[in-house]
Amino acid sequence: MALWAVIIGTCAGCYLLKLAGLSAPRRLLDHPLVQRFAMAVPVALLAALITVQTATDGGQQLVFDPARVGGIAAAAVALLLRAPFLVVLVVAAATAAGLRLLGL
Amino acid sequence: MGIAVGLSGVAFGAAAVTAGLSVPQACVLSLLAFTGASQFALVGVLAGGGSLAAGAAGALLLGARNTLYGLRMADLLPWRGARRLLTAHGIIDETAAGALAQPTGAWARTSFLTVFATIYVMWNATTLVGALATERIGNTEAFGLDAMGAAVFLALIAPRLREGRRERAVAVLAAAIALAAVPFLPPGVPVLLASAAALVVPGGRAATGGSTPERGDSGAPSDDGGTGRTDRGEVRTWRSGR
Repeated sequence: MALWAVIIGTCAGCYLLKLAGLSAPRRLLDHPLVQRFAMAVPVALLAALITVQTATDGGQQLVFDPARVGGIAAAAVALLLRAPFLVVLVVAAATAAGLRLLGL
Repeated sequence: MGIAVGLSGVAFGAAAVTAGLSVPQACVLSLLAFTGASQFALVGVLAGGGSLAAGAAGALLLGARNTLYGLRMADLLPWRGARRLLTAHGIIDETAAGALAQPTGAWARTSFLTVFATIYVMWNATTLVGALATERIGNTEAFGLDAMGAAVFLALIAPRLREGRRERAVAVLAAAIALAAVPFLPPGVPVLLASAAALVVPGGRAATGGSTPERGDSGAPSDDGGTGRTDRGEVRTWRSGR
């Protein structure tokens, strides 16, 4: 039940954020500092999410899972080579699955 | 563009179910939140063992850039009343990039509606497919799906990292903050704390006025190097990062 509440709340919040921009008086959110923060936050959040998903056990424990790290590293290489989105995902999953199959 | 969005839809459906959401819950998120990066953030935090509140906070932080798009597009999309309420739902990276790249208001409106409709249908259909497929696979780790979650984020962030030193500095600092905070703070909180990196890294190149849409954290990597100079390239740059 709590999960449903959070999901509905997140949906409502995301929608209201969109509506606020469309309806707000321009000068309110046109401040350069606000803009810079809003555009840099995604980079920070996503970088943190990548780190946490790569290097923790899902809790407060830092772990090194060679298969997972290998899969993500492979994805990074694919991105550097400008591979399409699907290829990046498949490379990540296949590498991790392959390394696990090898017993890592 | 539709195909790329579809692929991330499948990935989102899979990530949501892996994180413990039910298939209807994954679908409701795509139908009602309809902002991919936020949705990924919510399930990403939950999958990482984070609290519900931390997951929601991360999603809303990521959704805040849609407010800026709305501000920029308010002049281009002059609809009022119920139409405006519906318009608001369609304000995402891709529709903003498309509309703001058009030379006239009429073109901007056509672009907005077309991109909105296309992506909305694709995103929701493929979320369902991904969620159902993952529900039937038992052990997602054996298929490497745990690595796929982070790979999605990596693909979302890649165009931004190509943009400049400041973006890379923010990313490195955020990663370091998160890593250092993990042992000491409850799951989910380190990720939120890391958003402070966006505040402390000085802006070598502040987000300049009108060019904002190309700066969004957008989707899949584009082969134009994320510069988004051409119309087509620009839309593709943005394709999956709602």
